[in-house]
Amino acid sequence: MADWFDSNAALLFLALLDGTVTAFVLALIALGLSLVFGVMRIVNVSHGEFFMLGAVLAWACFNFTGGNEVAGFFLAILIAPIAVAAIAVAMDKTILRRVNYNPESTIVATIGLLYIIQQLVLTLYGPEARPVTAPIYFRVQFPWFGYSGYKLIVAVASALLLLGTWAALKRSTLGLYMRATQQDAETAQAFGVPTRKVYAAVFALGAGLAAIAGVLVVPIRQADYLMGQEPLLLSFIVVIIGGLGSLRGTIVAAFIVGISDGFISVFYEPTLAKILATLMVAAVLVFKPTGLFGEERA
Amino acid sequence: MNRNPQKVLGLHLAILLVLFLLQFVLPAYHHTTVARIMVLASFAVGYNILLGYTGLMSLGHAMFFSAGMYGAGLGIYHLGLSGLQGFGAGLLSAAVLSLVFGLIALRTTGVSFLIVTLMFGQAVFLSLLYFNEITLGQDGFSLSQSLKPLNLGGAEVPFSDPDVKYNLAWLLFAVCFLLSAALVLSPAGRVLIAIRENEERTKLLGYNTYLYKLFSLVASGTIAGAAGAVHALLFSYVGTTFAEIHHSISPLLWTLLGGMGTTLGPLLGTGIMHYLIDITSGLTSGYLFVVGGALLLLVLWFPQGLMGAVRNKWASWLP
Repeated sequence: MADWFDSNAALLFLALLDGTVTAFVLALIALGLSLVFGVMRIVNVSHGEFFMLGAVLAWACFNFTGGNEVAGFFLAILIAPIAVAAIAVAMDKTILRRVNYNPESTIVATIGLLYIIQQLVLTLYGPEARPVTAPIYFRVQFPWFGYSGYKLIVAVASALLLLGTWAALKRSTLGLYMRATQQDAETAQAFGVPTRKVYAAVFALGAGLAAIAGVLVVPIRQADYLMGQEPLLLSFIVVIIGGLGSLRGTIVAAFIVGISDGFISVFYEPTLAKILATLMVAAVLVFKPTGLFGEERA
Repeated sequence: MNRNPQKVLGLHLAILLVLFLLQFVLPAYHHTTVARIMVLASFAVGYNILLGYTGLMSLGHAMFFSAGMYGAGLGIYHLGLSGLQGFGAGLLSAAVLSLVFGLIALRTTGVSFLIVTLMFGQAVFLSLLYFNEITLGQDGFSLSQSLKPLNLGGAEVPFSDPDVKYNLAWLLFAVCFLLSAALVLSPAGRVLIAIRENEERTKLLGYNTYLYKLFSLVASGTIAGAAGAVHALLFSYVGTTFAEIHHSISPLLWTLLGGMGTTLGPLLGTGIMHYLIDITSGLTSGYLFVVGGALLLLVLWFPQGLMGAVRNKWASWLP
């Protein structure tokens, strides 16, 4: 066993690093899905498309600035979340509110939106994956290999965003309103909480976070119109394992999924990692429906 | 509600008769299209038992369809089964999968059930890719070499023959269609509808709702598998596209359009959607706009679907 660790130290370390980066980005995407489920009690199947739109907008900004990677990146990090959040607010107003946030109708409607967004991007942007240059390039030299410095920056930036969101929700009035709506929307409304606006704000916040994740990730993995599918499934996995609506659970589960994904992908195969993860979700839902950190719901 | 079994049976038989006679007037292109629609409509009929009559929405029905398809296809391709044996193998695979899946997944309800179906569907899809030595992965495989022709009273006819195709598709649809109508009108079917309307109350009346839901899921999954097996036989191709999530959304869309919880809805929805996509894909490449737009419109303005509207307005006797 000790020998095995020695001979595989480099691979193990790589798996850990890759897993950590995945985990932070995943937590950022899944946080939105989790907040939306927790407060609005709906499952947004088009959540992955917010991430994809973020990435595609990052490419557009990169292109708009004439290939200046630094200017493009900062432009994207400003514009993408705002634009995507605006789309989310429009979705909430025109569609989700109309079906009265009925869980099943919402799922069907968001599947419809998923197709429309994908087709729109396919038509306007094309089927090919397009690269975006990272705003900063350096390598961090470890004893066994050099590692992309930008990937580490992505992890740190995601961690800061998660921390920031958490702190903001803890202290702000919106956070208070959110928690009140989550516990009991009717009573909250009776006490003057504008639940409709809270719903729109939560939906926009989740979409914006996913868009930022898209902007951050695009230099690592190019932008294409189908890139929202995989993060969507992984976020589902994370949100369910962590417990629907629990922020702490979401982050812990993102680490479980991200790091185990890193290990299984490095030592076996990415497909196997995904099969195991999906089955793990099914197991959690069946045997511990509230997830690892979820609260009991009536 | 005044039910009239004779009227219902007459209507269903008349529709089947029309479908049977259509083969003599349809031009070649539509001949094949209608055969395909009947196979896919059988898939939707199975889906409708679960969604329309039991109130359980699944986002993973492609796994049952592909269980039937791969059960038949792999048996024929690797073991040299005949067409009929292959169909049996497909049916059995789908039945076993839906039973095992049901035993696990029906412990959850509501949104959790939906997500479990999605996850299992995805796990089946990924497994088909992962075990590519057996399943031949993404490329899939053709059965045209290994499938023995059908023996019809001494005469050998290949499955690819248009008339064989049409009539086997019709036979599959007829069986699924009549079975679903019979189920809906039976006492067990009434219990399923009661579960859809109010599961707690049904439980209170003394019914073991878990067993009824399991029965519904197995019936639904097995019919979906039968459609998958016949699809493999008639169209001679087995591939992972039929296990993708799109293929789980399709029966949902067809059922919603035709009217969930109506026996005639799945056929109508599948037919209309199939031709709609066929026509629009000639005009634009964006057929996903059509699918996405249809889902949105249905959910926002027309949740009862076409046959649901017909039943509400004119024919309350329709099952």
